[in-house]
Amino acid sequence: MSQSHRFDGKGLIDRQRPLTFTFNGDTYQGYEGDTLASALVANGVKLVGRSFKYHRPRGILTSGSEEPNALVTLRKGAYAEPNTRATSIELFDGLDATSQNHIGPLKHDLLAVNDLMAPFFSAGFYYKTFMWPAAFWEKLYEPMIRRAAGLGKLSLQEDPDCYAKGFLHCDVLIIGAGPSGLAAALTAGRAGAKVILADEDFRFGGRLTMETFGVDDMPGADWVAKAIDELGSMPNVRLMPRTTIYGVFDNGIFGALERKTDHLASSDGKPRQVLWRVYSKQSILCAGATERSMAFANNDRPGIMMAGAVRAYANRFDALAGKQVAVLTNNDDGWRTAHDLSVAGARNVSIIDTRPSTDNVTPAGVDVFHGKHVVNTRGRHGLTSITLSNQQVLNADCLAVTGGWNPNVHLTCHQRSRPKWREDIASFVPGAGLPIGMRVAGAANGALTLAKALQEGQEHATTALAYLGIQAKSGPAPRAEDEACEISPFWHTGETTSAYKRAWVDLQNDVTVKDVFQSHMEGFRSVEHLKRYTTLGMATDQGKTANILGLAVMAEASGKTIPETGTTIFRPPYTPVPIGAFAGSSRGKEFRPTRNTPSHQWAQEQGAVFTEVGNWLRAQWYPKPGETHWRESVDREVLQTRASVGVCDVTTLGKIDVQGRDAAAFLNKIYANAFGKLAVGKVRYGLMLREDGVAMDDGTAARFTDTHFVVTTTTANAVTVFRHMEFCRQCLWPDMDVHLISTTEQWAQFAVAGPNARKLLQKLVDEDTNISNEAFPFMACGEISVCDGTPARLFRISFSGELAYEIAVPTRFGNSLMEALMAAGEEFDAVAYGTEALSVMRIEKGHAAGNELCGTTTARDLGLGRMVSKKKDCIGNTMSERADMNREDGFALVGFKPVDEEQALSAGAHFVSKESDAVMANDEGWMTSVCYSPNLGYSIGLGFIKNGDTRIGETVCAANPLQGRTLDVEIVSPHFIDPEGERLRV
Amino acid sequence: MIIDHPLLGPRDAAEFVYLGDTALLNRPDWQADDAQRQFHDYLYMRENPAGEMRELWYHERGDRSWLVITRNTLTHEITKVELARDVVRAAQKGRTTV
Repeated sequence: MSQSHRFDGKGLIDRQRPLTFTFNGDTYQGYEGDTLASALVANGVKLVGRSFKYHRPRGILTSGSEEPNALVTLRKGAYAEPNTRATSIELFDGLDATSQNHIGPLKHDLLAVNDLMAPFFSAGFYYKTFMWPAAFWEKLYEPMIRRAAGLGKLSLQEDPDCYAKGFLHCDVLIIGAGPSGLAAALTAGRAGAKVILADEDFRFGGRLTMETFGVDDMPGADWVAKAIDELGSMPNVRLMPRTTIYGVFDNGIFGALERKTDHLASSDGKPRQVLWRVYSKQSILCAGATERSMAFANNDRPGIMMAGAVRAYANRFDALAGKQVAVLTNNDDGWRTAHDLSVAGARNVSIIDTRPSTDNVTPAGVDVFHGKHVVNTRGRHGLTSITLSNQQVLNADCLAVTGGWNPNVHLTCHQRSRPKWREDIASFVPGAGLPIGMRVAGAANGALTLAKALQEGQEHATTALAYLGIQAKSGPAPRAEDEACEISPFWHTGETTSAYKRAWVDLQNDVTVKDVFQSHMEGFRSVEHLKRYTTLGMATDQGKTANILGLAVMAEASGKTIPETGTTIFRPPYTPVPIGAFAGSSRGKEFRPTRNTPSHQWAQEQGAVFTEVGNWLRAQWYPKPGETHWRESVDREVLQTRASVGVCDVTTLGKIDVQGRDAAAFLNKIYANAFGKLAVGKVRYGLMLREDGVAMDDGTAARFTDTHFVVTTTTANAVTVFRHMEFCRQCLWPDMDVHLISTTEQWAQFAVAGPNARKLLQKLVDEDTNISNEAFPFMACGEISVCDGTPARLFRISFSGELAYEIAVPTRFGNSLMEALMAAGEEFDAVAYGTEALSVMRIEKGHAAGNELCGTTTARDLGLGRMVSKKKDCIGNTMSERADMNREDGFALVGFKPVDEEQALSAGAHFVSKESDAVMANDEGWMTSVCYSPNLGYSIGLGFIKNGDTRIGETVCAANPLQGRTLDVEIVSPHFIDPEGERLRV
Repeated sequence: MIIDHPLLGPRDAAEFVYLGDTALLNRPDWQADDAQRQFHDYLYMRENPAGEMRELWYHERGDRSWLVITRNTLTHEITKVELARDVVRAAQKGRTTV
């Protein structure tokens, strides 16, 4: 039986292009122009899903993105996308959808038993019912509830689709391409403004595609087609169908999600969706309105739909939602559904109008029941009959309900504006304080009739253009008639206490009239509390069909008016946006760039093991054949460096070129220690403080000429130190003649350390360069050349504690220099060492690094207190003198070794005295860095401990509750190797 | 948000790094009798206006200018963008605070 509910009409489907699709494994036919929902309606499929909590059978409720029930999983395998709205999915050939949230077949869901247990699942049940025993919550109750309650399932595979991001700019952004949006776009487009017209639907026209109204003496759909033709021919207008404006951000910026390939069987490698950031000068919100329901007992059965949706399926898709249609209404709009359905061929159409009498003309063959409402319905998997308030039973397979229309004010709220109540349409309209540059036109503004909507669209566009200094071409608004739209609010006939005969308010979250009353009774009365307690208005539809109804029920419970009860305001996104779209192309390795060191290629050839240091990828150690444990490689690299010579790529340290007549004076201000008198050709260790007196970073500054310094920073702080120096230069001392530039990536730099370092370098430096100890002593620097004319910079500085140099060449020579250094070092058995050996040697030497410069320690803590000059103005020196930073019992950086040398220290352990319990009250400090010292043959560490400098030789406990171990450690000097520094100077 | 850079024209806010209140431009005199008190206020005491605020932004992914931006904290509307350097120099000339 193919398309049993399709009739021969004037709908906007292409009967020349039939499409085949499957739903829950069954094959159906539809046409191009269908949505999945309209095709299901056309095929007479009523039952499409199970409800969130009670697993009640549910059908399609609406024809738009507000759909709470008809959520399906689209596609298969890794491409599966859960919780897509059947009402928004454009049908394509081969579409494959499955229903969600049931165990076993949809028709015989095993979890439907939940519906019988409803009394236990009322609002807030999980706060009350599953309280005991406590241990059952995590293991039993929560997994059980999560399994039973829910939406679709993720594929748990990587998303094979790709996504993109983009930026758009326009004079006027028009959100929604219904009658007011089109009128606005025509006005703005004809005036020459740069216009973007976006609509979430794949077909422009809004309600004009779903009604039988005429515009300018032609059918509405024809007028839309003409308007789109005209707009499409304007180079200043960008038409964006399938594009949801999901959020309003600062100052005219909008977030937009454009679905590029969702309507195709395959993305074919193209971005599936594009996340746009739209910069607009003016915006006109023409988002239309959403129909709301009424609550009565069992109002959730498949076949009970919104009246406007029933009409839309008939007029746009030639699909009958039912063959025996009843309409329940409190307003004139419901009558149009009865009329259109009866024209479309539905039998026994009846109208139940809650108003005692109306002026509407009864369509031919339609039964009218005035002053009645519906009190119950029957039909397990699809509606069979309804019971009226006079107990009359009507047979019906479709009940079209309308409780009125709510303007889509969502986007107006994204910048704090609150909607205001309008009594005549019994709904909220946009309030004061709209987002900057935004105007609201048409149904979204409460102008619920066609002529008004067209007129408002044109008027608001004219005003927006005037604001931009553009004169709109004058002319009458498109001609149309205002349809009847009288309403007399009617909200529910639900039982307010019984858990049976439930009247549903929020179909997506299974919230009933009784739940709202219970929430009120238990004191959760504000709209926000109501939402959290009952979950009303949560999940994928964000209560688009439920919020106002819920509010009305709460107003009744509390005896207040609706505006007194409050209003919900809305946050982005308007409809769900996939996380993949937010990520765009920033996935996996594309998430952030990888910075390779200049010697990366050489290190790779050696089989180095790499580690991530920020964005940098650095060689961690270089395993030799036969080495099976990283310690073997690291120990070898350390021992060989200290015995002969080692080479390490230290390019990642920040380098900042400082030039100008005031360069020395400037450095004197940013370093805590004195810099003014540093001689040309010399390097000095420098400590930078933050203005609050805490140590910020350390490094060296080398003076090449009177006016030229090179400053180094730690790898981690290269960016922030540069930013800080620019702040000092531009914001604190703008009159100093000094300029800065980062040269971290311009110079490849290598440490050459060990007793044979000079002999090795001697082989590479060009003839005219004298690097003897006398000519080039410890802390010397100079611009030299190496390898027959390659410019280089040489610094005699040492992080390892050995006789050491750092040599820098322009980055493009970095890999070659590494090769040259290693080739020249062959006769000395030179070794390349990685970050791990670098760290071992600096701990052995007692040098502070990132673990010690951790943002809480002062120069005094680091044992560098005397470096901080009191004789000059520099960043941080005033505040470093604060009493609390200079306490008698302050921390000091010292060394530690285990009393039992077989034991390994652990970083992060806290120190307590031998007699004390390992609790925070007795805390005396912490271990910052540890390593195994191959030179000493045991584990060593650095750490801060109170009064540490006066406690050398004392034994304390290093407690590490995380690892469950406590170790006796001895406080020692932090200089484990060569404490007098003799090796540096040979 | 778009920042109309005085030298480079309109640039996306993503290119900038935010620091905070321009109070940081008024660095106290280290030799004042109550220097520590003044530095304390300089570092820690801040207005938190709901409305117009002057604040420091750094064009890190651009020309590295420090800018003084006048921004409405309620609407994010930016009404003025100046080079911090110019602001400080003008204030120093007039011997006023920024």
